[in-house]
Amino acid sequence: MKLEYFQMVDRVEAIDLERQTIRCRAQVPERSTVFEGHFPGYPVMPGTLLVETVAQCGGFLLMALDGYRRMPVLTQVVKARIREAVEPGATLRIDAEVQQVSSGIAAIEGRISLEDRRAAECEIRYRTMPFPEPALRDLVIARAREIGAPVTAAGPGGA
Amino acid sequence: MTAFNQETFDSVADIIADICSIDRTEIGPDSHAVNDLGIDSLDFLDVTFDIDKKFGIKMPVEQWMEEVNQGDADADEFFVMKNLVVRIEELRAAKAA
Repeated sequence: MKLEYFQMVDRVEAIDLERQTIRCRAQVPERSTVFEGHFPGYPVMPGTLLVETVAQCGGFLLMALDGYRRMPVLTQVVKARIREAVEPGATLRIDAEVQQVSSGIAAIEGRISLEDRRAAECEIRYRTMPFPEPALRDLVIARAREIGAPVTAAGPGGA
Repeated sequence: MTAFNQETFDSVADIIADICSIDRTEIGPDSHAVNDLGIDSLDFLDVTFDIDKKFGIKMPVEQWMEEVNQGDADADEFFVMKNLVVRIEELRAAKAA
């Protein structure tokens, strides 16, 4: 994870395009300017960034499903529960599955686990739109390759 | 031609009233979703989600908007409630076929 660059997903560990599920891994950094303010002397991963982590995990799933034709943009956090404080150095497992993909919209459910404990769970909706710039799409695909997400033609159930 | 279905209208009106916090009695067959009911694009996304889920369809809203923007269709054809209901019925029929 590079919190300052909003790189929340380190690795795609498993993805199933038929079942429309994904599992990712992320290592919370030991040090970050984020922790200087959240909170002084008591560093804790902000809950909003846990939601962002789930959103990015789901986003990689949605892009893999439609062959990176469209870019999912967060529009709604329907539900979010932060069950446990996540401290610097923690290893996160993030799971997400598609709930709905429609014309220009998508919804996922996801959760973050710390070992066998559930730390957070979210229900997230996105608007999906064509990439505004080809260069951005190229960057996203490069990042997807870097973290081990499949970059292929559209899979089943794409947006 | 697919006919207006009152039951579908009632379901859609209930969804819109719930999501957009609009008095259900204000939503009639001739109401325009945007011009009369004031539904914005974000709320319409939620409405689309719930309609798709309720009826097991995928409303091609982007395609509709493209047709409107290109001048190939009038927005009323999609966003006046009675017309929206007919579109939904067409999609349901196409799915069942």
